[in-house]
Amino acid sequence: MGSYILKRLISAIPVLLGITVIVFLIMAMIPGDPATAILGSYATPENVEKLNRDLGLDKPLVQRYFIWLGNMLTGDFGRSFSLNRPVLDEILERFSATLVLAGTSFVLCAVLGILAGVISAARQYGLADKLITFVVLIGISVPSFFLGMMMILIFAVDLRLLPVSGMYAIYGGGDLPDLIRHLIMPAGALAAVATGVVARMSRSAMLEVLRQDYIRTARAKGVKERRVLMGHALRAAMVAIIPVLGIQAGFVLSGAVYIEMVFQWPGVGRMLVDAILKRDILLVQGGVVFVAACYVLFNIAVDVAQSLLDPRIKT
Amino acid sequence: MTTFLRLLFRNKLAGLGAVVLGLILVLVLIAPLLPLPDPNVTATGDRFLRPFSEGHLLGTDHLGRDLMARLMHGTRVSLAIGLISAFAAAFVGSAIGIIAGYFGGRIDNLIMRGIDMLMAFPYILLALAIVAALGPGLMNALIAVAAVNVPFFARNIRGITVSLAGREFIDAARLAGLGHTRIITSELLPNVLPVIVIGISTTVGWMILETAGLSFLGLGSQPPDADLGSMLGEARAALITAPHTSVVPGLMIFLIVMSINLLGDGVRDALDPRLKSGALSRPRATTLVDRKGAVPEADQKGLLNLQELETQFHVGPRIYRAVNRVSLHVNPGECLGIIGESGSGKSVTALSVMGLVASPPGVVTGGAVRYGGEDLLSASYESLRAKRGENVAYIFQDPLATLHPLYKIGDQLIEAIQSHHDTSRTEARAKALELLKSVRIPNAEQRLDNFPHEMSGGMRQRVGIAMALANDPDVIIADEPTTALDVTVQAQILALLDELRRERGLAIIFITHDFGVVAQLCDRVAVMYAGQIVEEGPTMAVLDAPAHPYTKRLIACVPELGGGRRELATIPGLPPVVDNLPEGCAFAARCDKASETCRTGTIALKGTAREGMALEGMAARAVRCLFPEEAI
Repeated sequence: MGSYILKRLISAIPVLLGITVIVFLIMAMIPGDPATAILGSYATPENVEKLNRDLGLDKPLVQRYFIWLGNMLTGDFGRSFSLNRPVLDEILERFSATLVLAGTSFVLCAVLGILAGVISAARQYGLADKLITFVVLIGISVPSFFLGMMMILIFAVDLRLLPVSGMYAIYGGGDLPDLIRHLIMPAGALAAVATGVVARMSRSAMLEVLRQDYIRTARAKGVKERRVLMGHALRAAMVAIIPVLGIQAGFVLSGAVYIEMVFQWPGVGRMLVDAILKRDILLVQGGVVFVAACYVLFNIAVDVAQSLLDPRIKT
Repeated sequence: MTTFLRLLFRNKLAGLGAVVLGLILVLVLIAPLLPLPDPNVTATGDRFLRPFSEGHLLGTDHLGRDLMARLMHGTRVSLAIGLISAFAAAFVGSAIGIIAGYFGGRIDNLIMRGIDMLMAFPYILLALAIVAALGPGLMNALIAVAAVNVPFFARNIRGITVSLAGREFIDAARLAGLGHTRIITSELLPNVLPVIVIGISTTVGWMILETAGLSFLGLGSQPPDADLGSMLGEARAALITAPHTSVVPGLMIFLIVMSINLLGDGVRDALDPRLKSGALSRPRATTLVDRKGAVPEADQKGLLNLQELETQFHVGPRIYRAVNRVSLHVNPGECLGIIGESGSGKSVTALSVMGLVASPPGVVTGGAVRYGGEDLLSASYESLRAKRGENVAYIFQDPLATLHPLYKIGDQLIEAIQSHHDTSRTEARAKALELLKSVRIPNAEQRLDNFPHEMSGGMRQRVGIAMALANDPDVIIADEPTTALDVTVQAQILALLDELRRERGLAIIFITHDFGVVAQLCDRVAVMYAGQIVEEGPTMAVLDAPAHPYTKRLIACVPELGGGRRELATIPGLPPVVDNLPEGCAFAARCDKASETCRTGTIALKGTAREGMALEGMAARAVRCLFPEEAI
């Protein structure tokens, strides 16, 4: 198992390098030069040229890439001009907030989605199945940002149950219950679509498995139906569900960008959108590479979980 | 095409989606003809008018612009952008996929590595990076969304192309001297197209959501232009004071995406051949019992007694009569063979006993199954479950499919024991070890920790037998347990079963299509054809002097070892399809003795124990034939 994890980590290196190349190339396509963007259009040509030299922008593209890559490997992601602080500090601070939001949503979508899928499959064409299918259809069709806005209208404005926005109350908050109250709506809105997708996938995976001969064997030996479903069938269905969970993690991370805007959540998604509008290239570059790298590592964890679950996978 | 449309609209939800989407499309297309104000004319005096105000059906936004006009305009833009990006992604992605899949080798490797890298991004990061590079704007958002979805198409289409590229018709086209372009456009593309269509129909909703999302973030369409996303984004600032400005575009996105999703699911179901066959399923814990007639009176025959059992499969309007009024019984220590061709109903008969027929579509429609006098068909689920494995156990064919692939065989045995007995894990494990030894598995201790795929077929079958024996059942139903095994292993397994029967007084129902096996193991035999028993009696009597023409022909098909070369007999024709059984004798069409009377009325299973021969243990013979080969 240890050697398998190591192997997967090593195989991630080219992917991570590829990510840095893609991001760097996309950013290099930006027309005009960053120094003008930083200094503004009234800057003198001498100043622009000096800044370009300071930023290393006068060097050829390939050289610039390796300088940037080398700096990143030593933990230096550069300096954000719009925030005037190291990019990495900003990313780490923002990413932890995103992780709280996206992580909660991911757990929600996995637990609720799988549960709904199992119930739906066990009661195929029954009332519960139809109800779940209907709710799932709504869940995967409503834009998360619209759902979030409607939640604010209902639960924050009308019912005054939950805070409108932010991660903590400005005065007197900061503890766990405060965080949870702030988290309910954004995490719920963010999880909606992913829950729907996971529920759909779980339903069809369960139906496929329930048709297998080994389920009949389990029933023939007198295993209780609850255990047949939650043990034998779900265990086998997880082999198909886990890759979908890996994909959904990406969708939750993506959707977090919208939800962070709607709920003023201080996460990395909002940071990126601001950075794009301000053309803060180093911040965009660093943020995208950092989050993508985390996602790659998460997917390796998914593969490892998969190999633990299925002994037939060669490790 | 017409079948596709028929299939599509048979799906009511897909029809609903089509109607809603159609209405929206019509509304958007005739919008320029409607008496609506210019969507971009501002009137700050009329800001945030509520819906149904004078001259503004849906009210106005923060600049006093008419919401209805903006909604029509925005919907138009959003739909167009979503569709264009879906088609662009499908075109580019499919082209990449086809090229990679068709040419294979290094090209394939290189392209797919690149695609894998793009897929390593959470999609929005890539879209954001592209928009960051190109600058905010509707066209750039479109390019970003299309680009992000290219890998999805490339990967799917490549998979299909790879499997097609190895097929004979592509080789034939190559040998005929067709160029690559020609082969791709005229041979490959038609086969790949349905998959592309499914891909578009299932992703176009996503594309609309994603472009709306980018616009919502302020990275898509720029003021004063609007699509649904940017309308929602602008309205967010006034969410609390003027919620209608948010609700109107939000609901519209929801309606569009939902109707597209419904339609997309319909398209997928109509085009996907796997679903077209009416994918069957068996989610129920026991077979559905829906008996039409009265439950037969209990008689005193046997430990396990099937009376007039009827099991059918209800698939759509068709009814398959798999088991048709079958009566059988088995005594302790006795082995009853059930023999017949594939599809004769012998397995369904066996599975009906403990309610294991897949349901839906299986339904038990009549008769009774009595274990020690109690009717199992009317038993509660819990009472039936308690008897499964504990009193009546099964051994199935093909132990690779019938053992759970992800559990160690030790755990599967322990579970069988603990499902009925409240023992500790250690005790159950000791018992499991003992069971493996009793079926003569070498290295039993280590085998407990093996997964099924780590064992040979014969070993797996022994595990299956050990599992059936786990709770010392009274009856074992063995459904072709040796069919998947080679001859030497088969002989060992049969000897093992026979020994267990003699040692433990087990009653065995042994299902097979092999007369050799029947002769070796069974006391009595019942021959099944088209869901009915056509002959039954003591094994030797039936084998020596078969009374039913079908039995006789079946025995004639068995090659004799050392019997010299002779022409192997076959039975011409096929068994009848059990959803359309002929009147009279089901075998009449294949029988050379059949006459007109064979094709009318119901033919009864007739016969008794012969006078003076009804000794203890000498069972009755019976045959369902008007012109039996032998008097019985």
